[in-house]
Amino acid sequence: MQYVLDNLDLVLKAFWVTIQLLVLSALASLALGTLLGAMRVGPVAVLRRFAALYVTIVRNTPLLVVFIFIFNAALDVRWLTQVPFLVKGVIALSIYTAAFVCEAVRSGINSVPVGQAEASRAIGMTFAGSMRHVVLPQSFRAVVPPLASVFIALAKNTSVAAVFGLTEATGRMRGFTNDQADDRTAIFVAFALGYIVIVEVISAGAFGLERRWKVAR
Amino acid sequence: MRTLRRKSPTTVVVAALAALSLAACGEAGSGGDGGGGDTEVEVAENAAEDFDEGTRMRELAEAGNITIGVKYDQPGIGFKGATDDIPVGFDPEMGKILAGSLGIAVDDITWKETISDNREPFLQSGEVDLVIASYSINDERRAVVGQAGPYYVTGQQLLVPTDSDISTLEDIKGTEVCSVTGSTSLENIEAEGGKARGFDTYSECVDQVLGGTVDAMTTDGAILLGYAAEHPDELKVVVEPFSEERYGVGYSKDFPEMCEWISSTIEQSYEDGSWEEAFKATLGQSGVDTPEQPELDPCQ
Repeated sequence: MQYVLDNLDLVLKAFWVTIQLLVLSALASLALGTLLGAMRVGPVAVLRRFAALYVTIVRNTPLLVVFIFIFNAALDVRWLTQVPFLVKGVIALSIYTAAFVCEAVRSGINSVPVGQAEASRAIGMTFAGSMRHVVLPQSFRAVVPPLASVFIALAKNTSVAAVFGLTEATGRMRGFTNDQADDRTAIFVAFALGYIVIVEVISAGAFGLERRWKVAR
Repeated sequence: MRTLRRKSPTTVVVAALAALSLAACGEAGSGGDGGGGDTEVEVAENAAEDFDEGTRMRELAEAGNITIGVKYDQPGIGFKGATDDIPVGFDPEMGKILAGSLGIAVDDITWKETISDNREPFLQSGEVDLVIASYSINDERRAVVGQAGPYYVTGQQLLVPTDSDISTLEDIKGTEVCSVTGSTSLENIEAEGGKARGFDTYSECVDQVLGGTVDAMTTDGAILLGYAAEHPDELKVVVEPFSEERYGVGYSKDFPEMCEWISSTIEQSYEDGSWEEAFKATLGQSGVDTPEQPELDPCQ
């Protein structure tokens, strides 16, 4: 444990990369996933099919393979060569997580009684308008618990970036364990604690939102 | 001469001649790919009797097989292609020499891939008997496992594109340098002011250099020379070695008697030329001269 404390600056720097990956990917995948979710329930057949196809393909692809596509395969065809590593990591994580966000959002939308959408259309709202003002605000309430799970999974998924040029927490941990073979357990526990803190923050945030948006039904 | 065990003198001679002619045939086809040749290693006869009752060496010799952990992704050091049966490189060659001194033939060695992170756990749990996997000797490791040697001393260098501006160690300040995640080489680069980019394997790292997403790759010079030899038009090795890595043979602390045996076997391989032969057939293929034989640390 002493070694971790002595190198606390390196540990914090590494967790800062983890948090950057987490926050940026969470925002990007939330945007992309919500869009995909709206497409899946929308009236345009082409978009509906596209979103379903996206979810089918991406959700059935291991995250590691997505990373290999962005970092190695893209290189062979000279794509993304000037893009910084952090951005590439965010792209890979967002592509993957968006599929899960999409399904969480869709489950939330489905939880809104269909009469709500029908009523909003009946008073002359467009599809976009009824989604924005009536359906999505109600669905976000139902979406919080599954979305929290998705983002907790994302927090841990950032560790895949350790072998794709990003010195985030897991990458730094491997450096430490390689150096200090006699202090492995303590190093492992210290980094696990870091992840637990991050996950607990997400859980607490989700819990807070749940309470705030709670309504009598 | 692969297996000569408990045979009458005439059979031994006949077998030896047969083995020689076979070896001569085999020579033409071996070597080349992966930078690792396959040398014939002498296998001791009745080796079990050379060791005292109750020692680990005696047990291994009597069992007639040994499990050795090596790297699978370092050309010249320890490399196993997807279609290869056994790993090739300097480390596996040292493994063959050690096994041979126990009377264990090459075919009776079980190779196991060890990555940097699982070398100590594998030794502690008895998953492998020896680790010969570019295993630098250091005090932290010696606190948990035994390390005999060094049998090879190398140093960290840089691999850059041929048109790169990097020519001295100072030039890497602010550049992106890749290596394997968690390796000591990567930490040295950070200390020199470079931006560390860790990857899972050396080959992925080389791809990044070739693709231009990182400025250089770093690890032990021997490995870099292997890659430079594979891409002579695109890559070159620069700067003098700026660290010292002393490769040792790892063994479990439960069997401290193994140290003397490993040390004396390495010493013997220095004297009878098999160490030099192993080097020339593997790391030597990239054009480096055979280095001086490193002096072994005394066993505690």
